Amino acid sequence: MEKLRERAAAILADGTVSLVIGYEEGTKRPRPLFCHDGESARKLIFDSRCFHNLAVYLTKKELVGNGRFAVTATISTLRSIMQLYVENQLSEDKLLILTVDLSGTLREFVTFDEISAYVEQFELKRSEREQAILTRIEGMTREERWNFWQEEMSHCFKCYACRSACPLCYCTKCVVEVNRPQWINPWPAPVANMEWHINRAMHMVGRCTACGACGDACPVGIPIDLITRKMMEDMAPEFGYIPGLPVKKGNALSTWKLDDREQFIR
Amino acid sequence: MSSEEIFEPKIVAFVCNWCTYAGADLTGTSRLKYATNVKIVRFPCTGRIDFLLLLKSFAQGADGIIVSGCHPNDCHYTSGNFHARRRWIAFRSILDMMGVDVRRVQYSWVSAAEGSKWADLVNNTVADIRALGPYTDYQKVADYLEKEVQDGEA
Repeated sequence: MEKLRERAAAILADGTVSLVIGYEEGTKRPRPLFCHDGESARKLIFDSRCFHNLAVYLTKKELVGNGRFAVTATISTLRSIMQLYVENQLSEDKLLILTVDLSGTLREFVTFDEISAYVEQFELKRSEREQAILTRIEGMTREERWNFWQEEMSHCFKCYACRSACPLCYCTKCVVEVNRPQWINPWPAPVANMEWHINRAMHMVGRCTACGACGDACPVGIPIDLITRKMMEDMAPEFGYIPGLPVKKGNALSTWKLDDREQFIR
Repeated sequence: MSSEEIFEPKIVAFVCNWCTYAGADLTGTSRLKYATNVKIVRFPCTGRIDFLLLLKSFAQGADGIIVSGCHPNDCHYTSGNFHARRRWIAFRSILDMMGVDVRRVQYSWVSAAEGSKWADLVNNTVADIRALGPYTDYQKVADYLEKEVQDGEA
């Protein structure tokens, strides 16, 4: 951790970067910290309690400016960053990535390939919480699943925290802000809530890296991250990708194969 | 509805302009009879058929949906149907996860020369949906739309 602080202060001091995005101690758990000088870099921390996906800030021009910037990244954040590279939202000459691995060694990445080689060592597994809820959902009949989600969705009041927390929801104009036509009713209501969440999942097909930021951000605790999580696991064998490992050749829905599955097409 | 009346499902068909719409036209010009439950919506391409349109039709009272377009490799725009097919695979998986009845959405390829296939497709889908009954699950949660209830007031 000390090395991370020193390195962050050094790159800020010599002008390599103008900003380091990292974590500092928060009230209950670490919170994001924006360091513009060596002074604030001393507050940096990095440990297993760091959960926020800092990749969400990287596409916000008003935050990161035009210069070079650095970010301290967890494995989830690295996955999101890779996906953002694939979608041409980040450029390798603008971003410097700092991370501390399990043995406490400071690592630095610049290129997509370096990140990819590092992330490949970590398999994306369901967490205990995800495993518990998904096993429950998988054991349900269709009607039970419908009732389960209707009950969960009834708490949703459309704050769109899920959208704000997601590093891959970077559209400047979202479908819910379009009102000609009004695709999804803006007020919270059963159908409108469900349409929003189905819509969100559809826009994440082959892109979601299962960082869990959306579910974590939900103020009423709807396990919305599991919709995209399950979809991602289902789609991996269909479209032949490894969950959490973006590939440069394009996203699931922007490419196609001649022999995609079609037993359900009559 | 009294018990002796047969349930007539409402079915919306989203079809592409170049194959299935022309195919449905051929069914008519060939004087083939088919179920009248279907309302056809014409699109430039299956690639244009947004998944939200399907959800909207359920919300507005459709009991079943047909989505149909050109056979693979026959797309007027080369690859619209390939992109659409991928989207359907993903959409089916998400709908299933959310507990929406995926049996009510029938996908098909019907070319401009397959007038009789279109008739069969509609007849079979109507029979299937009739067996499943009205989609009350969805209509129940969507009924506030019809009543135009907003902020708790009608």
